[in-house]
Amino acid sequence: MQYILLVYLVFALGIFVIPRWLKKHVGIVLAVVQALFFVYFFSRISDATNGSGLLTVIEWLPQIGLNLEFSLNGLSLVFALLITGIGTLVFLYASAYMKSYEGTDKFYFYLFLFGGAMLGLVLSANLIQLFVFWELTSFLSFLLIAFFHKKELARKAAFQSLFVTAFGGLLLLTGVLLIGSVVGSYSVGDWLQHAQSIKNSKLYVPGLLLILAGAFTKSAQFPFHFWLPGAMQAPTPVSAYLHSATMVKAGVFLLALLSPVLGGTDEWTYIITLVGVTTMFLGAYFSITQTDLKAILAYTTISSLGMLVLLIGIDTTLSIKAAILFLFVHAFYKAALFMVAGFIDKKTGTRELSKLGGLYKHMPITFVISVLALLSMAGLPPTLGFLGKELIYEAKMQSPGISSLVLILGVGGNILMVAVSMYFMVKVFLGKEGDYPKKSNEKGFLYLLGPGVLTLLSLLLGLSPAVLGDALVEPAISTIRKEMIDIDLQLWHGFNDVFLLSLLTVMVGMAIFIIVYKRKQFLVKWRSINSYIFSIKFADIFSKSLEGFLNFSERNTKRLQHGYHRYYILTVVLFASVLLWFQVYVTRNWVFDIQFSLTPLYISGLVAIVACSALYAAIAKSRLATIISMGVTGYGISLIYLYYSAVDLAITQILVETLIVVMFVLVLQRMPHFSTLSSKLTRVRDLIIAAFFGSVMTVLAIKALHVELSEPISNLMLENSFVKAHGKNVVNVILVDFRALDTLGEVTVLVIAAMGVFILLKTKKA
Amino acid sequence: MNSVILQLATPYVRSLLIFFAFVALLRGHNNPGGGFIGGLLAALAIVFSSFAFDRRPVQRKLKIKPGGYVAMGLVFLLLSFSPSLLKSQMLMEGVWVTIPMGILGELNVGSPLLFDIGVFMAVIGVTLMFFFTLTNRK
Amino acid sequence: MEILLALLVGVLYTTGIYMVLRRSILKFIIGIIFIGNATNLIVFLASGIVAGEPAFVDGSVQNASQMADPLPQAFVLTSVVISFGLVVFALALKLKFFEITGTDDLDQLKKTDN
Repeated sequence: MQYILLVYLVFALGIFVIPRWLKKHVGIVLAVVQALFFVYFFSRISDATNGSGLLTVIEWLPQIGLNLEFSLNGLSLVFALLITGIGTLVFLYASAYMKSYEGTDKFYFYLFLFGGAMLGLVLSANLIQLFVFWELTSFLSFLLIAFFHKKELARKAAFQSLFVTAFGGLLLLTGVLLIGSVVGSYSVGDWLQHAQSIKNSKLYVPGLLLILAGAFTKSAQFPFHFWLPGAMQAPTPVSAYLHSATMVKAGVFLLALLSPVLGGTDEWTYIITLVGVTTMFLGAYFSITQTDLKAILAYTTISSLGMLVLLIGIDTTLSIKAAILFLFVHAFYKAALFMVAGFIDKKTGTRELSKLGGLYKHMPITFVISVLALLSMAGLPPTLGFLGKELIYEAKMQSPGISSLVLILGVGGNILMVAVSMYFMVKVFLGKEGDYPKKSNEKGFLYLLGPGVLTLLSLLLGLSPAVLGDALVEPAISTIRKEMIDIDLQLWHGFNDVFLLSLLTVMVGMAIFIIVYKRKQFLVKWRSINSYIFSIKFADIFSKSLEGFLNFSERNTKRLQHGYHRYYILTVVLFASVLLWFQVYVTRNWVFDIQFSLTPLYISGLVAIVACSALYAAIAKSRLATIISMGVTGYGISLIYLYYSAVDLAITQILVETLIVVMFVLVLQRMPHFSTLSSKLTRVRDLIIAAFFGSVMTVLAIKALHVELSEPISNLMLENSFVKAHGKNVVNVILVDFRALDTLGEVTVLVIAAMGVFILLKTKKA
Repeated sequence: MNSVILQLATPYVRSLLIFFAFVALLRGHNNPGGGFIGGLLAALAIVFSSFAFDRRPVQRKLKIKPGGYVAMGLVFLLLSFSPSLLKSQMLMEGVWVTIPMGILGELNVGSPLLFDIGVFMAVIGVTLMFFFTLTNRK
Repeated sequence: MEILLALLVGVLYTTGIYMVLRRSILKFIIGIIFIGNATNLIVFLASGIVAGEPAFVDGSVQNASQMADPLPQAFVLTSVVISFGLVVFALALKLKFFEITGTDDLDQLKKTDN
């Protein structure tokens, strides 16, 4: 299976090297590749139905549980088919849609890689690996949303979505690591075997919360839902792909994958059900007051995702069945509607509801397709959506504990969905002629191919759902519930309370629609009430707090990184001396056994001269005086070396000092005179700090004389210098033989410095 | 600087300095001296003569340019590795050959001497490079 | 004498740090030289100082414990030569900086662009 992903990578990179004549049709080529994989996965259905599935393990670091593990089972097959199938249609659509834009190479590259990453995600059977693909999809979706990067809104939205989903991804990783530490492995198979011990562990609740947070951010659950409407800034094919079948479904996939491991507890059920049902209701509620076609679709997507999450949270066989079925339903109608919305946008030049109307005359085929898709969205027969909704109602009635709340909010959400669907249909296609920027027509076969196929599938599967049930839903449920289940899907469920509930939904939904449509003022008022109640805009809060954080760090950075070189040094010196004084204080109980003496006197005099010339160098006004006293210091120190038995050292120091003085004098000719730049107060402050540091170094120097850590290694060198290295001058033997590598490094430093000086001064001004 | 006395004395002082530089280099293993000291002395000789005369003719008269000294030094450093490698010893382990010198006794010559010569050359090159680039400014 | 030398180390560090904190780049470089000298001296001092017994050996060594320790000397020698390279490089940098900006003031060096 890893080869599938490799093929994706190769083809994605291949976009940049294909010949020009093919470049026009790159969308179609990629669609064909996706279609081939769709066929491949389709042919694997029999494997999944047998319950065997496929598992490939490539060991990388088995010692710490990092392997590449791919598994193809009922659940991942469902997702893989959706990714490749809808991917095929989306690429066909994109090849028409993206024609008029610049930089399509990048677009196809990102989108195709995204498809690969998504496939990798659903095929992963190792959670670390899953996380990698998870972040990859976040990142690629960031690039896709920001495709129109010249628009500020697009950049903002892209950043927001990246921030939210990548943040969620990190939470997910933390959760995975927590739970993984219980099991000692990150393989889904191992987690399944240890499901009970995970649930008993102390880490279960924190791990669960973190993993759920990851899934909720990705699947745009309340209160992380706000990035999804923003993501509508992406080109429409991206919205159709990411928000119907792929990106946002990753969270649902993760929940389904882990429900046999983490599910079945109260925490799992309550958190997921509540979040799901809240999201579902709020999404539908917000969608009805939107005015942009894509925004409406975005909020209904949030609502549908809430529904899916809710169904997984209810966690009964029936609810899982409903979830899997609804996965198909939603992918079909939402992808179709996004494509239709993009088509309308292209042809009429607007996506504003207020400007649209009466399109059925100009776009009859689009009208038919949209009606079927909207019927599916509203959950009306004879589409697959109806079946899905019936199952959902049935499942909700079984919801444990809080069933009445779930049922009320769920039905409420569905009622609003009906109203939105009706509103969308009537407002866009019926009613009086709209006022479009462009004259509309319906040319463009590729635009309609995708939505057409999807709605047709929705209709056909709605009429004979058993095909879908046996082939795909059953194995998927078996994967999640870990038991073989025989399910029975029918369009007509008989006359029962579920059906009555459906009837009620439709009737109330119609009523709301009529009110909204007939009374224009009503919607306006509703909108204003809405914006009053929900004056807290999550997206705004997000961007405000981010901005505040950025300002805060910028201020702090400016305070710390002020650009004044001497204050950096001041900080370092001050901190170092405080630490050193502290260390001296801690170890203050050492015995002091050196007598203060001034013999021999001429050395004492030498020391005095060195000290005085050093101090004079610091205060001298003349440059030459400074440099000469610097030279005196250096020569004086070399005499000290000479007296204390360091002959080579003394000679070297004298020669180096000479050269330094020469170089200084050379440079000095071209320098301005010293001028007093700092105030007196500053100088006194600096002197105090410098003395603070100097005094601690004196103490350290005295203390170092009292520390004998171990036998000095030089004894060995003294013994071997003549015997083995044939040299009487031990210092030189150390330099060229015992520690020749140090000397080599030193020569290297010198050569690099010389090259640096040469390049600095020999090159012309840029 | 245009001092006649200095200019007259310079050839002798320079030759003396260079002579001492070689002495320091060769006796360094047994007495004070060595590659660093020798190299610095030799470089000082050239710096000295460019003070006495103008810098430009001195720089032009150099048979080997500073970069050449650096390169030669590095080559010698590399060469000093080869004996130990050829004898498949540890890298940089000293290899010594004893040459009998009749009545003068015997002379020990080893790879550390090559190393010291490398340091000598490199230090000359680096110092001259410093000096000439710093002075060659308008 | 060790105490006197330790005091000298302190004086050298004080001067070095004080000069490094100046705004003039030339003083800054001289400060670096002082700090380098002080550090060399502290290393030299810490190994214990011995007068008049340089580390020259001839065949057998009897008085190794009385000899000056050759290893710190070799280290300091290396350090002296390296600080020579460092100082000259700093000088070259300073020269270039002065040629471009015409100032010796470190406070003018706040930005990467002109």
